[in-house]
Amino acid sequence: MIAVENVSKSFDGGASFAVRRVNLRVPARTFVAIVGDSGSGKTTLLKTINRLIEPQEGEVLIDEEPVRTVAPHTLRRRIGYVFQGIGLFPHLSIAENIGITPRLIGWPEPQIRARVEELIDLVALPRSYLARLPSELSGGQRQRVGIARALAARPYIMLMDEPFGALDPVTRDALGAEYRRLHESMGLTTLMVTHDILEAVLLAERIVVMRAGNIVADGEPHDLLSGHPDPEVRTLMDMPRRQAERVRALLEERARD
Amino acid sequence: MTERLSSALRVLPDYLSQHVLLSAASLALGLLVSVPLLIAARRSARVRWPVLAVASLIQTVPSIALLALFYPLLLGLSSLCKHLFGVGFSALGFLPSLLALTLYSILPILRNGITAILNLDPAILQAASGVGMTDRQRLLRVELPLAAPMLMAGLRTSAVWVIGTATLATPVGQTSLGNYIFTGLQVEDWVWVLFGCGVAVALALLTDQLLALIELGLGRRRPRLAWTGLGLLLLGVAAAAAVPLRAGRDAGYVVGAKDFSEQYILASLISSRIRAQGYAVRERTDLGSVFAFRALAANEIDTYVDYTGTLWTNILHRTDMPGQRRMLRDLSVQLRRRYGVVVLGPLGFENAYVLAMRRGEAARLGIRTIQDLARVAPSLTIGGDLEFFARPEWRMLKERYGLHFRAERSYEPTFMYKALMSREVDVITAFSSDGRIAADHLVVLKDPLHAIPPYDAVVLLSPKRASDPVLRRALEPLIGAIPIKLMRHANYMVERTAAKRTPSAAARWLAKAAHLH
Repeated sequence: MIAVENVSKSFDGGASFAVRRVNLRVPARTFVAIVGDSGSGKTTLLKTINRLIEPQEGEVLIDEEPVRTVAPHTLRRRIGYVFQGIGLFPHLSIAENIGITPRLIGWPEPQIRARVEELIDLVALPRSYLARLPSELSGGQRQRVGIARALAARPYIMLMDEPFGALDPVTRDALGAEYRRLHESMGLTTLMVTHDILEAVLLAERIVVMRAGNIVADGEPHDLLSGHPDPEVRTLMDMPRRQAERVRALLEERARD
Repeated sequence: MTERLSSALRVLPDYLSQHVLLSAASLALGLLVSVPLLIAARRSARVRWPVLAVASLIQTVPSIALLALFYPLLLGLSSLCKHLFGVGFSALGFLPSLLALTLYSILPILRNGITAILNLDPAILQAASGVGMTDRQRLLRVELPLAAPMLMAGLRTSAVWVIGTATLATPVGQTSLGNYIFTGLQVEDWVWVLFGCGVAVALALLTDQLLALIELGLGRRRPRLAWTGLGLLLLGVAAAAAVPLRAGRDAGYVVGAKDFSEQYILASLISSRIRAQGYAVRERTDLGSVFAFRALAANEIDTYVDYTGTLWTNILHRTDMPGQRRMLRDLSVQLRRRYGVVVLGPLGFENAYVLAMRRGEAARLGIRTIQDLARVAPSLTIGGDLEFFARPEWRMLKERYGLHFRAERSYEPTFMYKALMSREVDVITAFSSDGRIAADHLVVLKDPLHAIPPYDAVVLLSPKRASDPVLRRALEPLIGAIPIKLMRHANYMVERTAAKRTPSAAARWLAKAAHLH
């Protein structure tokens, strides 16, 4: 259970706020998508959870424990983190990249090796890739490694910041679906920041909409799709439906011909 | 030619090993200083800015000045140390060279390292924090490995600079490959100059390539390559360290010499006489004029030849001009009392500053004395060696005779004679024992007002060797035994272009001609 309580963060000494008095509770094993325009504060909110950003006010708790009482590196070893830039270490092999967090924690080598092999299978890459360097992989393959690396030390929370943002649509769709299966089978709690509403609707069981540092909507995809008092949220949530309707219309037109 | 080459090869192990040890120590120390600075500077612009500014500033100080400036600094520290702990250390030679070269090596390492770390991909740094690295782990596992290729490139630049600049350590009393260059330049032996340059260049290239091997090994993740490079480098340093260790065991007397032909010849003559007594001798040549006496007073060299006028003005800081005999007597008493240095006695010739002109020109202008010269001086140009125009002799000459020239130019002594012969200058400040006076048919102008003090060549002994029987037995026969004519000819043998001899060959000729046995 992740609890964000009254969290505020300003990057300019209080003149403006990236997030302002935000409250959010995420029960274990949920998949939450955070959507909103760029600058709405969704990345800042995500980073306060693994202390990549420290809030000025409020508190983040994981299982009732305030995160500020845990050393940042210890906290981060318990939380998987995947972001658009991926950030694979270019001087380390794929195997070393995946095994980095277990190695930092001090797992025995045979156990690390076994875990790395398990993970490369899990993200559907051939084991022969383990000896390669990141530069020898495609973008989609690299992000698979990024996910494997985040999962290596068996975290139960995953923070994902536009994880599939730089991928082509086909890879993006496939990887999203695969990750959703991993989320289920491993019993993870996932918070995913995305600006793609369709992706949020298809993957998450709950969608949080942010605007100007505030949460303006929070609910199940189905509920949000069927209407919301806030006009902007309505417009936002209408988009996937309109797109779906257009596609359906096209297909029906085609069938009539 | 072969004689000169073989004499160059004979001292190669000594010069090369000292050069390698000095360069290696400076680079290692430079790396030791710059890496912590780099780590401190990587996060904070407040540290980065002043560190880089100071390192750049050091780089702009001319290297020879930086080397020389460490001498007074260390001298002060040494006397403080002696005062506090009862033990001093040598302010000459290795230490000042090491410190100056270390300072020089810092900038390229630091600047490349900082550039590399500042340009790391932010995504990678974020990932490093995201996977749970501490600050230290991030530095050691990510930042330094990724900056390593550029750091190595900086180290390579440093290595090449340091090996090149180490040749300038010679004048502060540190033997290096620079001895070939300085000696060669003085006696116009281009074989020696080229030999020294060639060996220094080869050493720099070799080091650069071995460092490149390490860089390649690091970049391509092939540890064996990196270890091979490092191993070969360490092997080279170890081999260099073995040379002085072997020589150190039989090191007996140390004979010093300043940086000109006559000094090389006399040092060689003195060495051979000590050797004839059955003792080992090492020569430390190319000492700067002031450094030579300091080295003697500090017992770093045991004996060398200096000149009364030089000691009188530079060491005793006297401006009065007593006669030749009284100067010698006062000097003996004062040097003994103040420094414990013994004036064993004069060799029998003078190496004084004299003003010299081309014979034809002097005749045409009707100049025989400095008084004659003063009349036409405003339309003439004078050339001096590098120190002359800053010396008290020049001030006294100008005062006594009212000398005033159209222009004053400074040269390396070798080039000063060439400038006179090619008519770039009309008058030069020659040395009375110089072989080129006769060879170039120069006229030495008379000094009727005795503005220039006497410069009798005298043999000096260090405080430690003040009453050493071996030195006395070997050197006392030299007193009064070398007339100016013989010295001039010996100097000329070394300096002439055709049938050029080495200083040791000239010393052998001199010993024979002066009937020294």
